[in-house]
Amino acid sequence: MTTATPVRGARTSSMAQALNAALRDSMQADPTVHVLGEDVGQLGGVFRITDGLTRDFGADRCLDTPLAEAGILGTAVGMAMYGLRPVVEMQFDAFAYPAMEQLFSHVAKMRNRTAGRLPLPITIRIPYGGGIGGVEHHSDSSEAYYTHTPGLHVVTPATVADAYGLLRSSIASDDPVVFLEPKRLYWGKTEWDPAVPTEPIGKAVLRRTGRSAVLITYGPSLPVCLEAAEAAQAEGWDLAVLDLRSLVPFDEQTVCEVVRSLGRAVVVHEAGGFGGAGAEIAARVTEKCFHHLAAPVLRVTGFDIPFPPPMLEHHHLPGVDRILDAVARLQWED
Amino acid sequence: MTVLDHRHLAAVPGWLPGATGPRSDPAPLLPDAAPVRVLGTPAVEKTDPELLRELYRRLVVGRRYNQQATTLTKQGRLAVYPASTGQEACQVAAALALREQDWLFPSYRDTLAVVARGVDPLEALTLLRGNAHTGYDPKATRTAPLCTPLATQAPHAVGLAHAARLAGDPVVALAMLGDGGTSEGDFHEALNFAAVLHAPVVFLVQNNGYAISVPLTQQSAAPTLAHKAVGYGIPGRLVDGNDAAAMHAVLTEAVERARSGGGPTLVEALTYRVEAHTNADDATRYREEGEVTAWAGHDPILLMERHLGAAGLLDEKLVRESAEEAEALAARMREEFHTDAVLDPMSLFAHVYAEPTPQLREQADQLAAELAAEAEVHNR
Repeated sequence: MTTATPVRGARTSSMAQALNAALRDSMQADPTVHVLGEDVGQLGGVFRITDGLTRDFGADRCLDTPLAEAGILGTAVGMAMYGLRPVVEMQFDAFAYPAMEQLFSHVAKMRNRTAGRLPLPITIRIPYGGGIGGVEHHSDSSEAYYTHTPGLHVVTPATVADAYGLLRSSIASDDPVVFLEPKRLYWGKTEWDPAVPTEPIGKAVLRRTGRSAVLITYGPSLPVCLEAAEAAQAEGWDLAVLDLRSLVPFDEQTVCEVVRSLGRAVVVHEAGGFGGAGAEIAARVTEKCFHHLAAPVLRVTGFDIPFPPPMLEHHHLPGVDRILDAVARLQWED
Repeated sequence: MTVLDHRHLAAVPGWLPGATGPRSDPAPLLPDAAPVRVLGTPAVEKTDPELLRELYRRLVVGRRYNQQATTLTKQGRLAVYPASTGQEACQVAAALALREQDWLFPSYRDTLAVVARGVDPLEALTLLRGNAHTGYDPKATRTAPLCTPLATQAPHAVGLAHAARLAGDPVVALAMLGDGGTSEGDFHEALNFAAVLHAPVVFLVQNNGYAISVPLTQQSAAPTLAHKAVGYGIPGRLVDGNDAAAMHAVLTEAVERARSGGGPTLVEALTYRVEAHTNADDATRYREEGEVTAWAGHDPILLMERHLGAAGLLDEKLVRESAEEAEALAARMREEFHTDAVLDPMSLFAHVYAEPTPQLREQADQLAAELAAEAEVHNR
């Protein structure tokens, strides 16, 4: 068995490569880390996130399983009960649905059911969201299902550095983590250094400072928000952009600090708005920062529809124009 | 070389090589033609008399445990109890077939198996009493929590057995299911994973005739539930679930086969649910009294008594000591459940995450304030 030596130092790579490096470095550092899922072995995953892991760590450490998501996650539960740290790949967002009973009834609750005696350090990697022209069942944003389930951490990187840092932290976590990978950001390359630690899970990061209002977002909508903030300058708006990075734990403190200082906020995400993460954030911000608000907290989200066919998806996904429209509505009392 | 590389896929002449060829000869995988029986057959002569006496004692204690727990539900002392009355042979044999390092994955009807494994009888009842989800330490007792969703514990057994095998530990996992559970997707996925991974797992299906009210004929069209093993490429065994000696023999064989690298086995135990599904169920709505009476003639304790009596193994000492042990356990249960459990409301937040989220801290403060206010009113 050959074991790959991780490349050290700054590099330019895609999010997909950073995720691969995180898996590789985690497996190198901890022999209890095991990867399993459909196509993760010989093929290296349909998005190549697990590329080369079976070659370098063996088929026991990176296991091609039968095609059955409940079986994959259920098997991971038993592996974790015996002391391993399984990293499960659900090939596409909607493919995870057959595993929901395992996730909701066992993964999320085992620590609680056993009064802390059986924690389950399982990381469930789920490529999610639209924007890549996927046909139905390949573009869902299902984060609200996970955030509504106590016992799960829900993490979603938006930068290459965070993809590496958050995945390493998720695998090291003693709690189960639903790790949502924005698949339309897989291929954009930036420079990053794995030796430079990113902020911990549960900490939101201001990606852009501003004086007029804040766009609160995560995952695939971060680049859209940054683009909207650039465009808004022409309208005289100086927008801050806050990247949540993790939905559970939710960094209420940072969110409220930013909202209190600016008085205006828009929450942006791809998933439908009704019962979505944005609804939770808007409600919390309203409860905690009411007297600091100059306008209602607005939401810019996908429509409340099943994910549309790829040739129509650009109408559904929140883009720069829809964000700018919301920003204009923040005038409110002015 | 990895564990997975040890598998040898049989090459059958006449098939093209590659990914689509047949995996092995199906003939040896066919189940028993008739349920395996030991009591009342020549096979019993080869069974250790001390084992038979031990099984008898445990059946008697187990029956009393079931009766007392059922009574406690009628007194409102247990929230619910799915009795395994009539199924004691399956429960006791499942526990005895395992060695200390092995793991048991019980369903909600398998409290008696958990107790027979050595878990404290009262700690095993916390879920059903309603004071805690799992009162025992699953790691220390190598007994998974009682599982109320159907068949979802089966893939856990597979994963644990797989991990143990990777570690080189001679550990076997035994998952207990009901006939209804065999209709669930997790049952099929678990059998398939176990077979493909060649995991040291035993699946024990207690076919007790009904999934709440639905009879087996409406649950499955398979000739037997043991037949389901064939499609996954593993052996299926059919056994008389009320014959404790047969249950012990077949399960021990399956467990040791798994331990020695033989892979998984599916065991179907033919038994009968004497009580209703739980105390909340009315079994008279879906089955005839005559059926229950007929099964009484095939009761596990009766079968064992008959054999032990005929073989001169049922001395007065064994009968008396078994009855005394059973009564002592029942008395301990009554005593323990006589008083209300003292619970700490703040424990609600203790084990949701390793570290509570900021939101949970806030909610814990809220509850603490509510409790303090209540206490103040109470003390006034």
